[in-house]
Amino acid sequence: MPTPLIDIDHLARLARIKLTKEELARFSQQLQTILDYFAKLQKIDTEGVAPTTHVVNLNTVMREDVPKPSLTASQILDNAPDKDGDFFKIPPVFE
Amino acid sequence: MNDIYRCTAHELQVLLQRREITSEEIVDSLLSRIANVDKEINAYISVMNEAALKRAREIDKRRTNGEKLGPLAGIPIAVKDNMCTNGVTTTAGSKMLSNFIPPYNAYVVERIIDAGMIIIGKTNMDEFAMGSSTETSYFGPTKNPWDLSKVPGGTSGGSAAAVASDEAIIALGSDTGGSIRQPASFCGVVGLKPTYGRVSRYGLISYVSSFDQIGILSKDVMDCAVMLRVIAGYDERDSTSVPMPVADYIKSLQDEVRGLKVGVPVEYLGQGIEPEVRVAVEQAARMLMDGGVICEEVSLPTTEYVIPTYYIIATSEASANLARYDGVKYGFRSIAKDSMWEILETTRGEGFGSEVRRRIILGAFALSAGYYDAYYLKAQKVRTLIRNDYEKVFSKCDALLMPVSPIPPFNLGEKLDDPLKMYLADVCTVTANLAGVPGINVPFRLDSNGLPIGLQLQGPPFSEEVLFRLATAIERQSGFKRQLFS
Repeated sequence: MPTPLIDIDHLARLARIKLTKEELARFSQQLQTILDYFAKLQKIDTEGVAPTTHVVNLNTVMREDVPKPSLTASQILDNAPDKDGDFFKIPPVFE
Repeated sequence: MNDIYRCTAHELQVLLQRREITSEEIVDSLLSRIANVDKEINAYISVMNEAALKRAREIDKRRTNGEKLGPLAGIPIAVKDNMCTNGVTTTAGSKMLSNFIPPYNAYVVERIIDAGMIIIGKTNMDEFAMGSSTETSYFGPTKNPWDLSKVPGGTSGGSAAAVASDEAIIALGSDTGGSIRQPASFCGVVGLKPTYGRVSRYGLISYVSSFDQIGILSKDVMDCAVMLRVIAGYDERDSTSVPMPVADYIKSLQDEVRGLKVGVPVEYLGQGIEPEVRVAVEQAARMLMDGGVICEEVSLPTTEYVIPTYYIIATSEASANLARYDGVKYGFRSIAKDSMWEILETTRGEGFGSEVRRRIILGAFALSAGYYDAYYLKAQKVRTLIRNDYEKVFSKCDALLMPVSPIPPFNLGEKLDDPLKMYLADVCTVTANLAGVPGINVPFRLDSNGLPIGLQLQGPPFSEEVLFRLATAIERQSGFKRQLFS
């Protein structure tokens, strides 16, 4: 398949990252160059090859369902940019 | 004693045990060294002056009280700033976390504290461990002590430069695509990326979960072996931690290399590798053969696909791992806007540097509907083929010998405008992360510009003992001398 065209506006929205106009243009070009190079991956035959998701021979590592002490609410809230009592404070999600 | 900071950890261990020196004197010496030198090198993001002295005095007291202490007790260590240290800012080299104070210690930090070591400071790094030069840090670039106009490599450039300039006795780093081995090579120090799963990632700020490993940068191979005993081991809080017993790495340093089989992949001896680097590999192979090692050429045919494979998987996993930075629970939040969505986008737009944003967006692409199969899934399949290549060569060899970097340390600013060019220079190191195998850099010689060229040894999973044996042999015969930075 031919190298797809980067839709930088769409991707920036998917990644929830605001870019300046200059960055939109520059990143679009740089990412296109990178993608063109990545096209060589299409040449290698991977018919019947299983994907590697991770390299260790461990499967569904579990632990005993035993409660243990954790961090306190106060410790967790120490780094909060904005808080109100025991809550993280953020602007409205819905208009 | 003015030059305490020049010592290795094992030299200091002897002096401490003989009571010829105190931990406080070691820390004092190191803090003066940092105060004198770091304004030129910028290896450290934060230096723990009072905390380190306090802890040194405490360890000294325990020693004089006759308490039995471990081999590394009282010795300072520098920690790359992507490993959480309780109560001490941990920034990952980013504006996004420039004010983040973790409420817990990473597993490796717990281990070094248990061992009686003293954390001297947090070292500089490429932002969120993305880069190859320690130039993308929010806190400014680190310089290479061998030539201040050159990069120290990355992303563990702070740790590498600190050890190389004796601003640290020993340091921890992390390696996702070469981020310990390449700066170790550029700075002329030993750098080890252990087998994936050997060292717990609990408390390591994630970049690529299936590649990241914490490792060591040190002045010699022995220090590296002693340190690995401290940080290796099973940790139930990391579900990718492998419950393999930890070997006696120190004992293995004395073992013979005669009879070991070392493969040299032909793909790393040709086009794209600087001639001086190639000559160094050939010299080292002959040196090992003189010592009774059997060296032969091998092939890793998938080498031409490793860069796209690495970067597609890395950016995909990174885009998922960095989705947590939303300005809600911790870290940077941009100036109040009307809606959560706007804050989210501006926080991430302003809090992340350009390389990080570029990689997140590339990862979003590779995982997006319509492209997932052709990019992410395809890369995972090629990863299997790369691992197969490795399994094949390791059925015939005990280790591989190859370059670390195809190019020597480059100028600051030289590669910042061409991200792809920067990525291509990772070709010798990303394979170890793709295959999950250990890799070590051993400083070998200087190039015609007086800059260090290091050599890489890779081995099968959990073969660190073999790597240490071969690395010691190279270290002993190469005659490489660390220079004193002034």
